[in-house]
Amino acid sequence: MIMNMREMKNNVVGTVTSVSAKGELGRRIRDMGLIPGAEFTIIGRAPLKDPVAIRLKGFTLTLRNREADYVFCNASSIA
Amino acid sequence: MKTGNSKTKLNIALSGQPNCGKSTMFNALTGSTARVGNYPGITVDRMEGVYSYGNYEIKITDLPGTYSLSSYSLEEVVARDVIINEKPDVVVCMLDATAIERSLYLTVQLMELGVPVVVGMNMMDSARKNGVHIDSLKLAELLNVPIVECVARRGIGKEELMQKVVDVYEQGGRDVCKPLHISYGNELEEVIESMAREINGVEFMTERYPARWIALKYLEEDSAVVGYGKEIGGIHEKLCSRVQEYKQHVQKALDSYPEAIIADQRYGFINALIKDVVMRKTSLNYDISDKVDKVLTQRFLGPIIMFGILYLMFYVTFNVGAIPQGWVEDLFGWFGDLAVRFIPEGLFQSLIVSGVIDGVGAVMGFAPLIMIMFAMLVFLEDLGYMARVAYMFDRILRFFGLHGASVMPFILSGGIPGGCAVPGVMTARTLRSRNERLATIFTAPYFVCGAKITAFLVLCAAFFPDNGDTVMLLITLASWVGALLVSLLLRKTVIKGESTPFIMELPPYRLPTFYGVTVHTLERVWQYVKKAGTVIFSISVLLWVLMTFPQLPEDVNAGFDKKLEAVSSEYAGDELDLQINNIESDRSEEALRYSVAGRVGTAMESVTHLAGFNWRANIALFAGVAAKEVIVSTLSTAYSLGEADPDAVIEGDDMGFIDRMRNDPSWTMPAVISIFVFMLLYCPCFVTIVVMARESSWGWAIFASVASILGSFLLSVIIYQVGTNLL
Repeated sequence: MIMNMREMKNNVVGTVTSVSAKGELGRRIRDMGLIPGAEFTIIGRAPLKDPVAIRLKGFTLTLRNREADYVFCNASSIA
Repeated sequence: MKTGNSKTKLNIALSGQPNCGKSTMFNALTGSTARVGNYPGITVDRMEGVYSYGNYEIKITDLPGTYSLSSYSLEEVVARDVIINEKPDVVVCMLDATAIERSLYLTVQLMELGVPVVVGMNMMDSARKNGVHIDSLKLAELLNVPIVECVARRGIGKEELMQKVVDVYEQGGRDVCKPLHISYGNELEEVIESMAREINGVEFMTERYPARWIALKYLEEDSAVVGYGKEIGGIHEKLCSRVQEYKQHVQKALDSYPEAIIADQRYGFINALIKDVVMRKTSLNYDISDKVDKVLTQRFLGPIIMFGILYLMFYVTFNVGAIPQGWVEDLFGWFGDLAVRFIPEGLFQSLIVSGVIDGVGAVMGFAPLIMIMFAMLVFLEDLGYMARVAYMFDRILRFFGLHGASVMPFILSGGIPGGCAVPGVMTARTLRSRNERLATIFTAPYFVCGAKITAFLVLCAAFFPDNGDTVMLLITLASWVGALLVSLLLRKTVIKGESTPFIMELPPYRLPTFYGVTVHTLERVWQYVKKAGTVIFSISVLLWVLMTFPQLPEDVNAGFDKKLEAVSSEYAGDELDLQINNIESDRSEEALRYSVAGRVGTAMESVTHLAGFNWRANIALFAGVAAKEVIVSTLSTAYSLGEADPDAVIEGDDMGFIDRMRNDPSWTMPAVISIFVFMLLYCPCFVTIVVMARESSWGWAIFASVASILGSFLLSVIIYQVGTNLL
């Protein structure tokens, strides 16, 4: 099921399908390895539910919800 | 390059992503030879050091940590410029073995640039512990670069790394190095090749960059490279239209962007590369850091623990720090005594004691505080905790146009009353985004620093003797409201713009090395002492001149002398001392009023009466720009009580001055509130202004000071006028 990263619940595993951001934001997202095919787990959210923390291969990354909106994923299973 | 002393000099650059252990390796290699400098015009530190290896003297430049080599952040531009303009003989690229795909993203870009690369595969121990197995020999073969396995924090691998650097250099270095050629897929590859052919045909910028790389950067719409090309002209327009054409095509056909395709393909190249090289037990395993974070960033516990840690830091800095600060002050007091003893009484003595020794002493007194503060801050930063603080507080601060990482500078500046804006502003450098950093630097001095506290306590004792606590609490809240609202205003006007993306790594918790923390801290303190010391020295002398000249005319002085003679014959004992004291106080009030500062203060009354400030307050506020501690002593001089010791005033030993202020009819309630607000917001002290300029620019520091003075004055006028006329 395709959804954007903001909608994903904690501990859900997902695979990136597309990143729709352009310019600086797009490049920063991609530089960190969030490109189509990348797998990640949502590991938590900050006390005010924003930003979100995700686990990628080998490291943990945080991004704001409004940035996560650009990342579309295939949420597959619960870790 | 052969030099006189027969050692061959090599220049190498050390590059790597943030948190990969690059700086640790730099420290291990260069040790005590490391020197910190600045890249011209910006506040990114430039570290350089030397490593001697056999017949080579290797000069190492530590580049800022960057994830990529585009030109979006300052750090990326700097890293790229050093590699391109300074042409290092070899670039060492440190990798984090635990996050190898992402680490290789930078390595690959360095290799595309056509510079000779040696890879240091760091954190091999952690990788093994996490169940990641890397066949670095095979990777070296596939990538065709030397790879050395390292554990930087234990110095493992540094000699082999330098051996490889020398090997690469001896085998021809830059002269034989070919740029890495990644295949970007049929369609894009065609575009790149045709553009590269054009570029090569007319040698467009090829003296600086490889042709394919220029084509790639045009496709990525890299502002630095495209801007440079535009200046040159030539085939620039042609390249741009080729890019536009391709851009429209992929937009239509694939709903994507050239730069996205390039990034995908680069990662695709990396994934293919490591397919048979890296073996992972599981791909998304949690590690210890994630478990620790379950507590440290937990919804309720996280913020509570954070405030606990901040409070502890705060407590240690200003309580433990007060001890060495006292020593420094004692030392300068002793210098003062010496000067009084050995320099004949008169103007020169006054200049040395009141101008130079007191002024510079006040600055040096901060040095121990900065040392302790920075040691703890560097520790928390290297540990990885500061990233969590930014993560937890980003949501609130973002609303005001700030960034999660603004919390720290605010707290240290006096978000908890008693801080100091000097270390506060200095920690704003942890903010990577320009706009948020400028707003943080602008507003950090609004908080209630230790020096402002003494002034507020004295004024509270004078005007709110019964509910000083409540007033102090209100003042603290007002400082937060002021700082946040002004940030919001700034981010909507002078530094408006989208908030910088918060795409940030939460690095694994790693215990910092003692050496790294010490070196970093001492460098910072030394820079502070050097910079602030020289500027403050000049300012202290200037202020002394303004408050001393012109001196009282002979006849007025003679009048006071005559009075002194009169009381000496009339009184004796304690009563005599009191009389002499009173006369000398009158004399110093008269002298102050007669000086340039006094005249300015009096002249300013015509404007400042709008906010309810009299000439005495004007001089005190004026002097407070030198250091906020001076507000109390100047006020007391102006209220003719001679030397006022702020501690004595607070403890109630010296109620005369406070009574006089309270009984001064010009201090109506609106005037009191007006001056409280003004004192809170008006202008950073000189040391802070100097530090602000260092961390941003002189333009910004001066703009911040002037805008704050005007803004807070306007606010005070409104408060005073509304309070006086309408209530």
